[in-house]
Amino acid sequence: MTGTITALNLARSQFAFTVSFHFIFPAFSIGLASYLAVLEALWLKTRDPVYDNLYRYWIKIFSLVFGMGVVSGIVMSYQFGTNWAVFSDKAGPIIGPLMAYEVLSAFFLEAGFLGVMLFGINKVGPRLHFFATCMVAFGTLLSATWILAANSWMHTPAGWMMNETGQFIPSGSWLAIILNPSFPYRFVHTVIAAYLTTSLCVGAVGAWHLLKDRTNRGARTMFSMAMWMAALVAPVQILAGDTQGLNTQEYQPAKVMAMEGHFDSYPSGAPLVLIGIPDEEQRRMRYSVEIPKLSSLILAHDINAPLAGLDTIARRDWPPVAIIFWSFRVMVGLGVAILGLGLFSLLARVRGKLYDWPLLHRLTVMMGPAGFIAVIAGWVTTEVGRQPFTIYHALRTAESVSPVASPAVTVSLAAFVVVYFSTFVSGGIYILKLMARPPSSNESVPDSLPTHAAGITPAAGIEAHRGH
Amino acid sequence: MHADLTIAWAAIIVFAIAMYVVMDGFDLGIGILFSRFKVGTERDTAMNAIAPVWDGNETWLVLGGGGLMAAFPLAYAIILPALYAPIIAMLLGLVFRGIAFEFRWRDAGHRARWDAGFCLGSIVATFAQGITLGAVLQGIKITGRGYGGGYWDWLTPFTVLTGLSLVIGYALLGACWLIWKTSGPLQAEARRLAAPLTPGLLAAIAAVSVYTPFLNSKYYTTWFTWPGFCALALMPVAVVAIGVVLRRHLRRDRDSLPFALVLSLFGLSLLGLAISMWPDIIPSRLSIYDAAAPYRSQSFMLVGACVLVPLILAYTTWAYWVFRGKVAEEGYH
Repeated sequence: MTGTITALNLARSQFAFTVSFHFIFPAFSIGLASYLAVLEALWLKTRDPVYDNLYRYWIKIFSLVFGMGVVSGIVMSYQFGTNWAVFSDKAGPIIGPLMAYEVLSAFFLEAGFLGVMLFGINKVGPRLHFFATCMVAFGTLLSATWILAANSWMHTPAGWMMNETGQFIPSGSWLAIILNPSFPYRFVHTVIAAYLTTSLCVGAVGAWHLLKDRTNRGARTMFSMAMWMAALVAPVQILAGDTQGLNTQEYQPAKVMAMEGHFDSYPSGAPLVLIGIPDEEQRRMRYSVEIPKLSSLILAHDINAPLAGLDTIARRDWPPVAIIFWSFRVMVGLGVAILGLGLFSLLARVRGKLYDWPLLHRLTVMMGPAGFIAVIAGWVTTEVGRQPFTIYHALRTAESVSPVASPAVTVSLAAFVVVYFSTFVSGGIYILKLMARPPSSNESVPDSLPTHAAGITPAAGIEAHRGH
Repeated sequence: MHADLTIAWAAIIVFAIAMYVVMDGFDLGIGILFSRFKVGTERDTAMNAIAPVWDGNETWLVLGGGGLMAAFPLAYAIILPALYAPIIAMLLGLVFRGIAFEFRWRDAGHRARWDAGFCLGSIVATFAQGITLGAVLQGIKITGRGYGGGYWDWLTPFTVLTGLSLVIGYALLGACWLIWKTSGPLQAEARRLAAPLTPGLLAAIAAVSVYTPFLNSKYYTTWFTWPGFCALALMPVAVVAIGVVLRRHLRRDRDSLPFALVLSLFGLSLLGLAISMWPDIIPSRLSIYDAAAPYRSQSFMLVGACVLVPLILAYTTWAYWVFRGKVAEEGYH
């Protein structure tokens, strides 16, 4: 029994590790692909060189992020089988086709046009090149659609029945499966999160260079674009998060109880627990700081509405309360901080000091990684909140795992950790180095590139084209 | 009706595997041979020959895995745990290789290390793919609806043989791609490397072919009774004929022909594999019909595949067309 629990936890750790690492890259590349499409569109429209310089600046970073996303994503398509064989057998008839559609419609589209986007500018001309950029951006969004449909189905399964061998199979329309109850909310919240993550990153790079040289045109433009995004989209995101929370409240109440730290039911008006230490053994919050009735107001829009607590849920169906309680607070805290940054930038803009307020720039640099942390924290909240099920209330995680014993999983987990850290971390460091270089007015290839390879790099290609 | 769909899906998976071998085989092969190229221009040009297309190529592998899970979930659920170690090794090899690919350009200070990673990752990934192929062919133990064997069942002399064979095969594909896409000293080096690899691949195909019928009595009956015997008689003739033409053309100036010939060798091997296994997906234990996803899943995906696969082939062809012709030392101009 201990053996199976260990193997289960190891399989979970390994999956959590590879998927968390993977998630960082698409979260960035979804936003960056759209940003590049916007930059190229602006360049085509205005012919202002600042936009195509920025395009060349960011496409170098994009190609690395995208490449790391591809290789870490290949791992994911096989981890379902290696670690979750029983889940794959049982849920394959529903999850499989959604992922197959992701590959067929999105991955090929991205990969097919990426080569042209990176290396093809002087082969195909600016309009066709812009089309390639748009196809890559569209592909990233399409990919998010399918994978979030599959993921949402695991949270709010719909349109299924079970066959005689215990497999989940479609009971009728695929639309019921794809448009399952949590999908629209999750999709909006996740895609906006990717855009915000990217804008914080772009903003931080712009701010970093403004701190050194506030006349740098490229830094000014990217900083201003990013701050518009943060100011306008952060409030939308908070609203989107709130509606997803209400949807979760309806379909996965135990998750919301854990997020709120509500061990007990409140017959008339539940308090909002700001902070505290969840004690699952004692089934209570310790040292909690609460605002009376506010939770009922947020979740039921009525300060005296009764709210059920974890005491109404069987203990074996509880998610891990402490993890969710904390990850939720990290996400919300960062969301509020991002909103604050956006408002600060609006103030600076109104006062005409957007490029001349070092405090704003320093704060923006500090907030650079905030999007990534918030995305991972939000995602931990929702996925850990799904526990102890893989398919909510239909298949337990403990019943989904592969018949692979712990030594094999231990060795492979160690191998993943070593390889991921040695490759992706050096990749990340290199990306930081690229970001530390100020955008020049004649953005070209990095110095470390051999000159004879210039023709294949995107930047030089664009340059050559425009030189005509 | 459902049986027809299942056959269609088996054909699509085989097609995805074939596409993967066609497309990623040569770039893994260039990785395998990488340490043999001179530091500097030769290596850079070899990389340029695959730069615009490699991540599209690897997408076929994702389709192979994703398609298998979608159309034959039971087979996916049994094969992957059975091949746990080689699959993980392949994935890590591909990670290493993909990252090295991106970073050798940019992190010139550690280029030797990235190059070694590219080469090693390519070899590990290829060897693991060959082992996977051999392990499926030799059979997998099943208990209930799951894998019933041990960790090391995949490791046998036969699987080591198929692993080595695939390394030789991809290396030859890589060399022939360079013969086609490059010129000058690198092309000459590729011709030199291809010369011994050609008989090497023929020997590997022969060894695997002779070994296979003795793995399983079903293979034996398939090949040594009518109509399999007919194929048995023709296969070696075809393989040897292609081999002879290939050897002669390695020295001549029809630069694209060797690559096409090696691909046809891979095609014949895949055909032989399909004849051996048909209609099973795990030999003698699980047929494609037993492993098939329900009708609604397969039909839903077939609609998508019929629309999207031709589209994919169209824009992939366009992408290759954009980068047609020889890769000059200066890269694509």
